[in-house]
Amino acid sequence: MVLTPILISLKTASVAILFTFVIGTALAYAVNRSASERLKAALDAVLTLPLVLPPTVAGFFLLYLFGVHRPLGVLLGAIGVKLVFSWPATVLAAVVIALPLMYRSARAAFDQVDPIYLQAARTIGLPESKIAMKILFPLAAPGLTSGGILSFSRGLGEFGATAMIAGNIAGVSRTMPLAIYSAVAGGRMEDAYEYVLILVIVSFLFVWSISIFSETRAGRYRLKERG
Amino acid sequence: MSLSVDIRKRYKNFSLEVAFETAPGETLALLGASGSGKSVTLKCVAGLLTPDEGRIVLNGRVLFDSAARVNLRPQARHVGYLFQSYALFPNMTVRQNIEIARRAETGGGSGAGGQTTDDLLRRMELTEQADQYPVQLSGGQQQRAALARIYAYEPELLLLDEPFSALDTYLRENMQAELLREMRGYAGDVVLVTHSRDEAYKIARRLVILDAGRPVACGETAALFHDPVTAQAARITGCKNISPIRKTGDTTFFAEAWGLELDAGREVLPAHTYAGIRAHDFGLKGSMNSFPIVVEDVMEGPFDKNVLFRAGDGGGGRLWWITDKGADVREAAALSIAPEHILLLQEK
Repeated sequence: MVLTPILISLKTASVAILFTFVIGTALAYAVNRSASERLKAALDAVLTLPLVLPPTVAGFFLLYLFGVHRPLGVLLGAIGVKLVFSWPATVLAAVVIALPLMYRSARAAFDQVDPIYLQAARTIGLPESKIAMKILFPLAAPGLTSGGILSFSRGLGEFGATAMIAGNIAGVSRTMPLAIYSAVAGGRMEDAYEYVLILVIVSFLFVWSISIFSETRAGRYRLKERG
Repeated sequence: MSLSVDIRKRYKNFSLEVAFETAPGETLALLGASGSGKSVTLKCVAGLLTPDEGRIVLNGRVLFDSAARVNLRPQARHVGYLFQSYALFPNMTVRQNIEIARRAETGGGSGAGGQTTDDLLRRMELTEQADQYPVQLSGGQQQRAALARIYAYEPELLLLDEPFSALDTYLRENMQAELLREMRGYAGDVVLVTHSRDEAYKIARRLVILDAGRPVACGETAALFHDPVTAQAARITGCKNISPIRKTGDTTFFAEAWGLELDAGREVLPAHTYAGIRAHDFGLKGSMNSFPIVVEDVMEGPFDKNVLFRAGDGGGGRLWWITDKGADVREAAALSIAPEHILLLQEK
């Protein structure tokens, strides 16, 4: 078994989650604060699309935007960056595919914070930025964390969009899911077993940690039931 | 220097149209049933809701003016708001809850008056709880912590939104006394919103009675309870017996709902279309306005008896009589009402 796909996958998922977490949380915060319910519904729909569309469709759009002869591709090319079929493209694919999970988790996390705390904060003069940092984000932390873990795990398992825009270049953009595909296509089932086992175990541990984590967090501000 | 409110706000099946003023340093109560618009009014003053039109002025500062397109953010209003559930930040200790409310600039407030957080903790008897989280506090401690947080902010006006309605009776009475004690050190105006006439009576010097989004009466609390003027106000201040009346003489009238002719001992004016009798005011002895009764139902409270009866031969409608525990209600054959206890009321 070659170890590089494992390292590439972990590197991709780790870098991708930084972008996914910040962008997803920021988008959810902005949409939560927008006054218009209609705008909220529209943005919710658009930002959820990558979750329901086949990843190949997302990959198609990414190629359409970042292809060497496409607008953003030309722009990047002008500063000497060739994105498609490179390692950064695996990050781009993972971010785009995992973003809806982060966005929806953060939206739900902000929604379940009782608005009375935000109102109270306003009536004691706290600026909105301070309300967000000191009250909204801490109270939404359990939901944001589980959203982050879900998004990381999704990034780790990303296949379709990655294949479209990053290709399947050994040592560059061949992540574990792509290595499994290649191994099976090449008839090397033993290699595939090992990658599959590693992916299943790692993903299970992360997703399992969500429930452990949210249990301890939820208990933090709550006393044990007393009769 | 005081608060002046004159606002209108429309909802689908409810409209609010309310105007009132406070005198400097005064405690004013907005009394009304749920849905009367009292909480909406309070939230409009704090800037948590926006009225459709009108004007709110605090100590000469315009907080809201639809004509001049002024609508200050809640943060800029310097108005303290005590929420029913206290709304202490659950992720902060008592000390952190108070610290965060300190204004960076020195404001023209009248609450803490340059007190440190430790001073406030001492004043509110929370020194030992300073490093505890809100969930670890009792209801009373939570209320004191919420007040300390408001005082740290030094607001020019204090708004109390149904501060006791979530509590059981025993706790409520203790906390009312506690709140009155704590508010003594506060020099600004206070507006209390409540549906409890007892609470309004105990805490507020002046009263605005709201019904269906409109003020129906306004004045000194004691005077309003003594003479509520309108039938609506009488009902909201807790008068259980109200009947339309027909004038029969200079001072006498016939109460149509009760089938009783009574003497008010003073002139019944044409505007007086209703009469009210508080359930506590009936007497067993008395020569004026005496009438036979038929007792229909008795509900025993811990300290009194609530009696439902009909007057005369039982042909009229039911009336409430509340009497002390020892009274032999079943044997009572007649009741009387002193003329000065009859409320003569207008329709609106």
